[in-house]
Amino acid sequence: MYQYNDNDQTLIEQRVAQFRRQTESYLKGDISDDQFRALRLMNGLYIQTHAPMLRIAGPYGLFNSKQFRKLAHIARTYDKNYCHFTTRQNVQFNWPQLEKVPDILEELASVQMHAIQTSGNCLRNTSSDHLAGVCVDEIEDPRPYCEIIRQWTTLHPEFAYLPRKFKIAVSGAKHDRAATQFHDIGLHLVTNEAGEIGFKVLVGGGLGRTPIIGQVIRPYLEKKHLLSYLEAILRIYNLFGRRDNKYKARIKILVKESGLEKFAELVENEWLLIRDNLELDAGRIDAIKAQFAPPAYEANAAQDASFTQHVADNKAFATWAKYNTTAHKITGYRAVFVSLKAPDSPPGDMTDTQLDAVADLADRYSFGEIRSTHRQNLILADVKQAELFPLWQQLDALKLATPNNGTATDIICCPGLDFCSLANAGTIGISKEINDALDDLDYLHDIGDVKINMSGCMNGCAHQSVGHIGILGVDKKGVEWYQLTLGGSSENEAAIGERLGPSIAKDQVTQAVTTILAVYLNQRLEGESFLDTVKRVGITPFKEQVYADH
Amino acid sequence: MQIIKDKQIVDDSWHYVADEAELENGNITISLARWKKDRAQLLKANGKVGVRIGPADSVDELAADLKDLALIELDFPAFADGRIFSHAWLLRGRYHYQGEIRATGKLMADQVYYLSRVGVNAFSLEKSEDLPAALSTLNDFSVNYQKSIC
Repeated sequence: MYQYNDNDQTLIEQRVAQFRRQTESYLKGDISDDQFRALRLMNGLYIQTHAPMLRIAGPYGLFNSKQFRKLAHIARTYDKNYCHFTTRQNVQFNWPQLEKVPDILEELASVQMHAIQTSGNCLRNTSSDHLAGVCVDEIEDPRPYCEIIRQWTTLHPEFAYLPRKFKIAVSGAKHDRAATQFHDIGLHLVTNEAGEIGFKVLVGGGLGRTPIIGQVIRPYLEKKHLLSYLEAILRIYNLFGRRDNKYKARIKILVKESGLEKFAELVENEWLLIRDNLELDAGRIDAIKAQFAPPAYEANAAQDASFTQHVADNKAFATWAKYNTTAHKITGYRAVFVSLKAPDSPPGDMTDTQLDAVADLADRYSFGEIRSTHRQNLILADVKQAELFPLWQQLDALKLATPNNGTATDIICCPGLDFCSLANAGTIGISKEINDALDDLDYLHDIGDVKINMSGCMNGCAHQSVGHIGILGVDKKGVEWYQLTLGGSSENEAAIGERLGPSIAKDQVTQAVTTILAVYLNQRLEGESFLDTVKRVGITPFKEQVYADH
Repeated sequence: MQIIKDKQIVDDSWHYVADEAELENGNITISLARWKKDRAQLLKANGKVGVRIGPADSVDELAADLKDLALIELDFPAFADGRIFSHAWLLRGRYHYQGEIRATGKLMADQVYYLSRVGVNAFSLEKSEDLPAALSTLNDFSVNYQKSIC
């Protein structure tokens, strides 16, 4: 994991001091609401329904145990004893006091954390594959490039007032777990015909109210040109992106309205003029790579026999191991999903006690590191198979071992109307209802891989348009209604979900979801996943059943 | 009227000339449209000439004329219009413009630091009492991840 040097540390400390001054100026009345809004958003601070909401960066989803203990401390001291993990691998606190935010930032800086550019119309936190560096299908570890991009984007002077927010994701594996086709820029590490590794560059993807799949603007970019190419795209976007209508201001609209060919030509022309001055030298790349060197794996980890024995002896453990752990590139190790989707807890939420406990577990079992995923769970990435059993027992005691990873109750869910001032409709309550309706684990596991994504408004923070089942809250004359979509996916076979039919009332949503799942079980061929069935049979059979009584 | 120029608070010696107004003696700023229209006459003027540019203008159009201009004024119609930052970068970084680049209009004091890093060396704020605070923001950071254009 990347460790700050003196310059990195100085920069975030100076940013805290700057934000403290900005906050004081605002509280004294020296700067207007409108001006402070732009300044605070660029430091992750929203004004929400009940209180400010502070979003803290989880750089490409990586944390260490010390940072988790600090989050626990902040939850206890400045908030109501919990925090929330987001779909872009960040962390949110829902109840801080505005005057205390500079103090919180100072605490964060002491453990190499910050809230820089976690909101606002600027370059946001770069997200990545939650299995980076450990997955079996990796071409190259994307994290060093994420860190290079993190540094380049941080306080970039030219691109701090973009037409709209700008998100970059990087994937280094064959299987895209970072939703790169739905980012403003998606980068994929790929191998070219000469066997060299570089980037495939996608542009103009995005979710929100106009979901669009990103297009390939450059099939292969040499690594040394990474930053110059990003700068060229950003300059063209900054100059020509629409600023007349915030709903048409994302780069996806510029790419769509100009056409990819025209847009690419502008970018290429700009790039040719700057690329020689912005080359990344191999030494710098290697120095950053060295910070992501593999931990000291034990050579004999695979010789353990206890894991197989525990799987044979304990059904609950075997189920958890099947769903909540995944293959690791080192035999004898597994990556463990820590489920933040317990049935009685809002998706993605975590208490201070859990944060502290997971920090201890990370230290004991996974080299002190923790990752957050874009499905709002955590990962302990490097656990010896011999230690899975004791780890499971402890996670279970903490209610962090619900064996539902990748199933219908592993719901991505935004905070919704309960917390968010943008929301039109509640989400957390429905998530709980769906959990109650699917409380039979055998049934849940029989259904298998179903991704339900639910957002409380068109802004689509929970990526409902790429959910296998998408649920979108809408407001109809002050009443909460829900629009369902089917067949979306943010992975390799990217797709935007198709609308099932007219929106439905709040008390019908759970019934509709269970009906959809029942139709799937009825329609599926042997071994066919939910998504494949929807693709094969289309939405009509689902629609007929869901709207049968209407 | 005072401005920040080259990290000092100084009196502004330039006169704003509106499109329909008579040209004045001394150092004057005129719009890009006026420059294009009256270029020949302006080149013969006894004072220096500066051109005002808005976010929607193209800096490229002015590239060949930069040697004749002592000032480029970049006007923020709203503080959030970030095109100004790229215009400044292009003037300094691409066209190596050596004259004064001045940010004016509705910019915030808190934008002065970033503007200084993309080549702006003079700042006119709506309220001149904000100038000392704006000047002090130039010292907000001693380290950066990107190169500055100066």
